[in-house]
Amino acid sequence: MFFWIIQRDLLLAVRRRSDVLTTLFFFVIVVSLFPLSVGPEMNLLRTMAPGIVWVAALLASMLSLGRLFSSDYSDGTLEQMLLSPQSLSILVLGKALAHWLVTGMPLVVMAPVLGIQYDLPADALFVLVVSLLLGTPVLSLIGAIGAALTLGLRGGGVLVSLLVLPLYIPVLIFGAGAVEANMAGISYDAHLSLLGAFLLVSLVLAPWAIAASLRVSLE
Amino acid sequence: MAINWYKYASPASFYTLAGKMVPLFTILAIGLLVIGLYIGFFVAPTDFQQGEAYRIIFIHVPAAWMSMFLYVVMACWAGIGLAFNTRLSSMMATAIAPTGAMFTFLALWTGSLWGKPMWGTWWVWDARLTSELILLFLYIGFMSLQAAIDDPRRADKAGAIIALVGVINIPIIYFSVQWWNTLHQGASVSVNQAPTMASVMLTGMMVMVLASWMYSIAVILKRVRIIILERESHTAWVAELRKKGAL
Repeated sequence: MFFWIIQRDLLLAVRRRSDVLTTLFFFVIVVSLFPLSVGPEMNLLRTMAPGIVWVAALLASMLSLGRLFSSDYSDGTLEQMLLSPQSLSILVLGKALAHWLVTGMPLVVMAPVLGIQYDLPADALFVLVVSLLLGTPVLSLIGAIGAALTLGLRGGGVLVSLLVLPLYIPVLIFGAGAVEANMAGISYDAHLSLLGAFLLVSLVLAPWAIAASLRVSLE
Repeated sequence: MAINWYKYASPASFYTLAGKMVPLFTILAIGLLVIGLYIGFFVAPTDFQQGEAYRIIFIHVPAAWMSMFLYVVMACWAGIGLAFNTRLSSMMATAIAPTGAMFTFLALWTGSLWGKPMWGTWWVWDARLTSELILLFLYIGFMSLQAAIDDPRRADKAGAIIALVGVINIPIIYFSVQWWNTLHQGASVSVNQAPTMASVMLTGMMVMVLASWMYSIAVILKRVRIIILERESHTAWVAELRKKGAL
């Protein structure tokens, strides 16, 4: 059932490719705006690059949260999921993972290209990819709680950002921090370990909170 | 004497109890506030390092403590409301949020007023300041989520979930910000090394802390009374009150 959900959501995403591409291009555009706003000074851009890429990844994955449950909600699939004998936590974990594969994964793949635009050295690019790989699933998992709570509310999109962005802060700090530590020549193991810890904790706790939120929203 | 807690879990009987408690705590709050401000302004000596400007701690420290403490209390009430499905607990959580947010804002505001003469800047990206700011965001998120939901029962439960997620996150956010801050080594001033305080200053501060407690209890009870009336306006006991002219 878990894999079936992932498969189904991926299939839906393939059928509606433009949704995936919108998120990806949003990411690219936000990252490209910064040199235009602060000037093309390479040294400045290089120090800002990890932060910019991470903030853009945060915004991009937050922007796509609205679609996580809304189409299932409007066509009644979500109600069927709640009624199914399967554990709802497992089902929503599948949905969150599918959401990550559709929105987080492309960002991870795209990030090195953007890093090159900012003249990041090769090993910093590697750390950036690893940190995004560990961090973006956490964003999908935490974001799904916000998406579930604001399901069907007016102004849900803006509300999600208020709820979710403060909770994203630790991921942002250690994600961008890992790359900065690497560029400063200090060890970045601690940052990546902490990101991994966030991932494990959110894998355990978030599905439960998402399931509880969906039950509240669909009552 | 055993208190019958179940009796006061009902909004109707708590409404009367809170009505009796509000004046008591208001008087206590005003009394302590006057004593605390008197000690703060007239008894406490001028600090030899910080001059007169330090006197803002009599507002700042209680506000900062209350801001953090009230979030935990709010999350506890919200959690109890979610677990036991007691309406009154959720109403308490809703009533606490604005007071908590107000204290958070007050702590940030007085902090920057203090920072200007002490550090020469309104704001530093210090770990404490940053986490206080994030706490304000959490309060705002809680309140705007509840405001966006029309059905009060759904608002209670949704708010409870976000408050509980927030309370799990608060230590994580706090330590993240602290480590982030030491990594960047940005802030040249540290607020961690508070100079040892004269005992009269400490007394003044503690009186002010107690005054903030009493103020919070009074205001929250007052607000919860209004929430109870609003939500129970269709019930017989509210109609009875209205008939008696008690409203």
